[in-house]
Amino acid sequence: MSASMLMAAVLASPDTGGGGVNVAKMMAIILGAIFINNFVLSRFLGICPFLGVSKQLDSAVGMGAAVIFVMTLATLGSWLVYHLLLVPMELTYLRTIAFILIIASLVQLVEMILQKFSPALYSALGIYLPLITTNCAILGMAVLNIDERYGLGESLVHAVSAGIGFTLALVLMAGIRERLETADVPPALRGLPITFIIAGAMSLAFFGFAGLGG
Amino acid sequence: MRLWGEFAKGIYKENPVFKQALGMCPFLAVTTSVENALGMGAASTFVVVCSNFLVSVLRKLIPRKVRIPCYIVIIATFVTLVDMVMNAYAPQLHRSLGIFIPLIVVNCMILGRAEGFANKNTVIKSLADGFGMGVGFTLAMILIASFREILGNGTWLAVNVLGERFHNQPVLIAILAPGAFIIMGFILGTFNILERRKAGR
Repeated sequence: MSASMLMAAVLASPDTGGGGVNVAKMMAIILGAIFINNFVLSRFLGICPFLGVSKQLDSAVGMGAAVIFVMTLATLGSWLVYHLLLVPMELTYLRTIAFILIIASLVQLVEMILQKFSPALYSALGIYLPLITTNCAILGMAVLNIDERYGLGESLVHAVSAGIGFTLALVLMAGIRERLETADVPPALRGLPITFIIAGAMSLAFFGFAGLGG
Repeated sequence: MRLWGEFAKGIYKENPVFKQALGMCPFLAVTTSVENALGMGAASTFVVVCSNFLVSVLRKLIPRKVRIPCYIVIIATFVTLVDMVMNAYAPQLHRSLGIFIPLIVVNCMILGRAEGFANKNTVIKSLADGFGMGVGFTLAMILIASFREILGNGTWLAVNVLGERFHNQPVLIAILAPGAFIIMGFILGTFNILERRKAGR
């Protein structure tokens, strides 16, 4: 794949077509992904890590960072493969298979690189990386970007904001659950049930942001 | 008789949603109506049965080290099939399930059955297991979708059950995102009480 073809494809994407980035649209994407259509609380993507890794604040922050990182890389990879490989070859029906392979190999690659060059970061994020392959937020992001016809710039902004939104929900939940340890919860609701009910209350609170997008 | 056991365990004893907390994302996202729950259930059942079959047929051929990528490719192939068939024959359903059709690939229930059952059991047993898990997943979705559709729209499978007045002013939150979480919390709580009663006896 030559550099000129890459440039051509990126320039042909809608967000750079008008010369310069559409700020209003970018803001709408950012606010939308963090608050209004929060991946966890409104789109129901990434519920498994949301329930599994929200017991402690430290691990919630680690997981959030790992998701932002992989989500951005996966978006870059899947966007380029879709628009430079699958569309020209008329193989768009293979997108599900292509995307999941990109995500799985990317996670492996990131894991290996981190292990070799940044052992400190690896020991912080390492255990969350394998979990991310089956995190539906990552694949969901790749598919959403295609369905929404986002250009490369918009896709990347969308990915980073959605990652931040995911981290926000995860950290809020972890904070509440740490306090819940000492709370007097009815025996039948202890554990998972009360977590769901709290997630419902948080989701309700995030509904308040719905007017923000205009 | 043994086969029946492999099938039946997925329905209650090892129900993927209520007992193993797997496949939560589609479970919460598409259960705004019983019709969507049935569509998603049928699609997921097809994929889990087929992937269990193929994984079990190939279980002696797939090298242990690369087994997970192999399973993912097998699952993604069947998901693509479902995606195309549904788009062609049930476009309405395809639209309302949206991105959750391609996301069947990352439904941990399906990979979990490939890794936890099909790669060490015979083909017939794996078929029964996959079918049981699929039916258990579908029944679980129908359960929560019934609560959500009746409360949130006053209907069940698009049939008006609570009268015209309720239909015009339903408990709208039940079909919105917060309702899914809250109703799921109470369903799990009810299961906890039932389990406790059974253990206490």
